[in-house]
Amino acid sequence: MSAIRVMGAETEYGIHAPGTQEFNATWLSTQVVHAYSRETNHRASAGGETRWDYTDEDPLADARGWSMPRAVADPSQLTDSEPVLTAAQIALEGGEVRESSAPLMMNMVLGNGARLYVDHAHPEYSSPEVTNPLDAVRWDAAGDLVALAAVRRIAATPGVPAINLYKNNTDNKSVSYGSHENYLMPRSVPFKDIVAGLTPFFVTRAIMCGAGRVGLGQDGSGSGFQITQRADFFEAEVGLETTIRRPIINTRDEPHATAEKYRRLHVIIGDANLCQVSNFLKFGTTALVLDMIEHGTAPELEFADSVESLRAVSHDWELKENHLLADGSFVSALDVQWLYLNAAKAHCASNGSSHQETGDGHTAMVLAKWAEILTALGTDPMSLAGQLEWVAKLNLLQQYRTRDNMSWDDPRLGLIDLQWSDIRPEKGLYYKLLQHGRIQRLVSDDSITAAMTQPPADTRAYFRGRCIQAFGRNVVGASWDSVIFEVPQLRRLQRISTKEPLRGTEQLTRELFDGNPELADFLSALAL
Amino acid sequence: MASQEQKNVSSRTEEEHVDELPVPTPAPDSAAAQAATSGVDDLLDEIDGVLEVNAEEFVRGFVQKGGQ
Repeated sequence: MSAIRVMGAETEYGIHAPGTQEFNATWLSTQVVHAYSRETNHRASAGGETRWDYTDEDPLADARGWSMPRAVADPSQLTDSEPVLTAAQIALEGGEVRESSAPLMMNMVLGNGARLYVDHAHPEYSSPEVTNPLDAVRWDAAGDLVALAAVRRIAATPGVPAINLYKNNTDNKSVSYGSHENYLMPRSVPFKDIVAGLTPFFVTRAIMCGAGRVGLGQDGSGSGFQITQRADFFEAEVGLETTIRRPIINTRDEPHATAEKYRRLHVIIGDANLCQVSNFLKFGTTALVLDMIEHGTAPELEFADSVESLRAVSHDWELKENHLLADGSFVSALDVQWLYLNAAKAHCASNGSSHQETGDGHTAMVLAKWAEILTALGTDPMSLAGQLEWVAKLNLLQQYRTRDNMSWDDPRLGLIDLQWSDIRPEKGLYYKLLQHGRIQRLVSDDSITAAMTQPPADTRAYFRGRCIQAFGRNVVGASWDSVIFEVPQLRRLQRISTKEPLRGTEQLTRELFDGNPELADFLSALAL
Repeated sequence: MASQEQKNVSSRTEEEHVDELPVPTPAPDSAAAQAATSGVDDLLDEIDGVLEVNAEEFVRGFVQKGGQ
């Protein structure tokens, strides 16, 4: 195998109603879900949301082999129960709800197999499961169009404040929100091997997939630029939490699949990416490193202090520093990435996955792009302003600094950093550069638009998405590994389990959908 | 089934290569460099026009609650 793997992206958007502090962030987030539900008419006919099926959620299961006791968990870790948002709770948090009649919609399952919901105080789009990094880029970008459609709908709705959404990861005031990656792995791989093989890679991969940030420190009060949005918020090497004491390697062990066979590696270290090359490398290179870990071919090295080095790498946008390893030697972030790339080249050549004619295509593309980017980072990093997100952002900031003689603490640079990630093409500065042909695309705009409504063909997301498309009004609940139907003639709910991520594909289920437009017939056909 | 999946994605990849757009590379001669500079100025002028007014206040108002 190699760059081919079941994977998916989660994006929590920054949410802001400009000019007012009157509204509670969770309530604003429900309006995003509600607006998209009206936009698509999904579940509108049944008058409610598609509830999430929490049966198989287990956020306190630790991959190292135990479960955190519920009593000692932070309340934000209890993501396995339905969040109930009441007017009283909003009032407690100091917010106001002007539209008492508007429904508080927390969750939707989309016709493309994704989930759109309210996570903590942010709207989140979790992409459908895909099998390769290009599709990960495509269905993640589709989420930005989903968010855009919701924003447009809200802007046209009287009585609801205009809402801006930002694909970034911090407010520069000590708060960070995540962009997570998920990778399916065989459970047989010892977790300590994952920690050892991945940590040095994660400490340094930001030089390819960081989104860039103006400000240093969690509150952004330090003056300057750094490569990532997230690095300053990480405080531990390994751990279960995602909202506090954030770890480089997250041990949440909710496989959302047959637990004896699989684990889902939940990666919380990354930045949200708009630039497709950065996003592609984020998923593609990580998938390759996981493949090496599974086969015992990952490089062996260890930083003396991974958390410290993670931060130092992010702050060193001139790529000048070396970082201390546990054996007393020093390496640069670029050295470490070359070490991983060269090991990946050898690994993929020996298993045939990168072969130009007989390989899978994706692996060779990841290796070639990885090499191209590392070579350019070693000679002229600013030559990557059309490919890497942090370089593109830095280049724009430097152009402003040159033209207007600004220091790094000029508030306009902070605004450029923020507005870079506004998801509206007429306001977002990333989109401005894209429109001017200054940023490279890897997937076509048409294919991203199609991915808003269509699921990937080659995972169980196809089954989930087609269920919503065909029988949405009868789907009362769903999750990554289930779809629950309410059938008018039957008293009991019908729960269909989808524990195998590579089943439920178009190839396996298309005829079932095409041949059974009626739900009762469809369910009977499933039972055969 | 796994090999079938791989074939599917493999053919899709070839299709994607067609989508790929070249990155504009700045020309080395001075006339082109000058054109590039005025291109940057035009771009910044356009961005000036879409930036939120009162940068300091807008940035200060962007306050988020905790997330993952």
